[in-house]
Amino acid sequence: MNHWIIVPVLLPALLAAVLTLAMRYHIGLQRVFSVAGCVVLLAVALGLLIHAGSGAVEVYELGNWPAPFGIVLVLDRLSAVMVALTAVLALVVLLYAIGSGWDARGSNFHPLWQFQLMGICGAFLTGDAFNLFVFFEVLLIASYGLMIHAGGARRLKAGVQYVIYNLLGSTLFLFALGTLYAVTGTLNMADMAERAAQIPFDDSALLRVGAMLLFGVFAIKAALLPLHFWLPNTYAEAPAPVAALFAIMTKVGAYAILRFYTLIFGPDLGATAALIDDILLYGALLTLAVGMIGILGARRLGRLAAFAAIGSMGTLLIAIAGFTEATTAAAIYYAIHSTLAGALLFLVVDLVRERRGATAGALVPGPRLAQHGIVAALWFGAAIATAGMPPLSGFIGKLLVLDATRDMAAVWLIWAAILVTSLVAILGLAQAGSVVFWKTTESAATAEAAEPPPAPPPALPLVACFTLLGGIVALSVFAGPVTRYLEATAAQLHAPAAYIAAVLGQG
Amino acid sequence: MELLMASAIGVMTAAGLYLVLRLRTFPVILGLALLTYAVNYFLFSTGRLAVNMPPVLRNGVETHTDPLPQALVLTAIVISFGMTAVVVMMALGTYLTARDDDVTLPPEDSTEREGGA
Repeated sequence: MNHWIIVPVLLPALLAAVLTLAMRYHIGLQRVFSVAGCVVLLAVALGLLIHAGSGAVEVYELGNWPAPFGIVLVLDRLSAVMVALTAVLALVVLLYAIGSGWDARGSNFHPLWQFQLMGICGAFLTGDAFNLFVFFEVLLIASYGLMIHAGGARRLKAGVQYVIYNLLGSTLFLFALGTLYAVTGTLNMADMAERAAQIPFDDSALLRVGAMLLFGVFAIKAALLPLHFWLPNTYAEAPAPVAALFAIMTKVGAYAILRFYTLIFGPDLGATAALIDDILLYGALLTLAVGMIGILGARRLGRLAAFAAIGSMGTLLIAIAGFTEATTAAAIYYAIHSTLAGALLFLVVDLVRERRGATAGALVPGPRLAQHGIVAALWFGAAIATAGMPPLSGFIGKLLVLDATRDMAAVWLIWAAILVTSLVAILGLAQAGSVVFWKTTESAATAEAAEPPPAPPPALPLVACFTLLGGIVALSVFAGPVTRYLEATAAQLHAPAAYIAAVLGQG
Repeated sequence: MELLMASAIGVMTAAGLYLVLRLRTFPVILGLALLTYAVNYFLFSTGRLAVNMPPVLRNGVETHTDPLPQALVLTAIVISFGMTAVVVMMALGTYLTARDDDVTLPPEDSTEREGGA
């Protein structure tokens, strides 16, 4: 048994406890240990990524209980990719949070951050449906704390909304799991896949109910229209580094859809075949449209970035709705890209807000920013990545999605939606950028000249932003090797027999 | 007993949803609590309803009830208890800061500083 598989769950959990108990009032020590933890997590995640590249499905049996009875963690290529993505994002955004001082604006930022990482990594690694629920709750509880970090009436109110919405989602998750347990008599995902395949079609009504309920839960997490209402307020009001980390949270929902509807309710299962494909596809098209139109209509930068996140989930879910190897590979590539790009956009928006003083995030002409050129260049890069223009990876991702959906029935609708909404996004982002960076007010410039020059802002936030941009560039430059890895990932996902055999010990 | 369980779950879910839709924090929290009760009973019933049976198979015992849903319910109770505590604290904090218990966000004031601390 490979004990490294449990490290991405255990390390943040232990670190969070140590941070809370031993160095509660030492923000400096917390920063050092939190960053060190993220670096180790990243190293382990990259090791697991290389390890999973061999194509073997590794199983970690907790307490050494064999699979259908005990809880298992499963490492396959998809889990490894998502954990590595989480680790990269967590480290870079943590550096931003430290550099910008966000982590010192309230208490317990770093322990909550680590608990959040524990929940996300656990959700990606677990091979047990109820354990997935537990890890969802872990990441949600941590996210409630992070969401209202630093306080404020509007943020608290948005936080309460977010909590209520997710508690309803959790209740629905339990109903879905209960239904599935009543039908299949197991909660282990591989075992459930085997037993679901044995249920005759005439007896499968409850199975379909469970599958649809579960889809509803994951659609809430993935912000699929019309279940996206929690996202704009939450992301716009959350502290910027937290919103940037939340970029991976919507992907947890997308990951769960991908996992459950290839492994358990796969295309070969007669009872649930094509049950969600159409709903997912048309919902995703609407999500894409609403997200990109939201970019055009947003009057504040925070909401603009939130709607960009919704739009990117639309493109991602369109690709997932194909449920073929090509579309799945494209979906995972786009998921990696949109996580980095979404996080970058939130961080750049925060750079602008922090520098604009009273105007903050409102899209009205404001004063000229400190480090105007650098922030404008970052905005330009983030906008290109978000809209999916060449040369960055958003373009490659969208191209992969367009190419992979060529054989689908609704191909013209998909192509039209993706291409038109890209144009809308370009317009919206260009409009916002020109208002913020070009229409600067003269009065502020003269007032600034009279005052003594303020201390230069810290460099670490900019470094973090450029690292994210560098990640997007690297994803474009190494698109060849990355897509080869992801094609192998998709092939592994669409041949679940190896996964089931590995978990149930028949391999 | 099946009818009693089913109607209890149904009534609690309906009442919970009604209270959640009131959009005031106190009824919403009560509604969420009712919903978690409903889901706990539902989880119990997923192992089939059985009375006076041991939860484990032993020598001399012919029939037994499914022990797994009971463990699941225990986990669900603990999580929902913690969640209710969190949402009560957050709702209280919101009420004390914003001076109202409405769940909906007020329309954005363009002069208000967004995202700052």
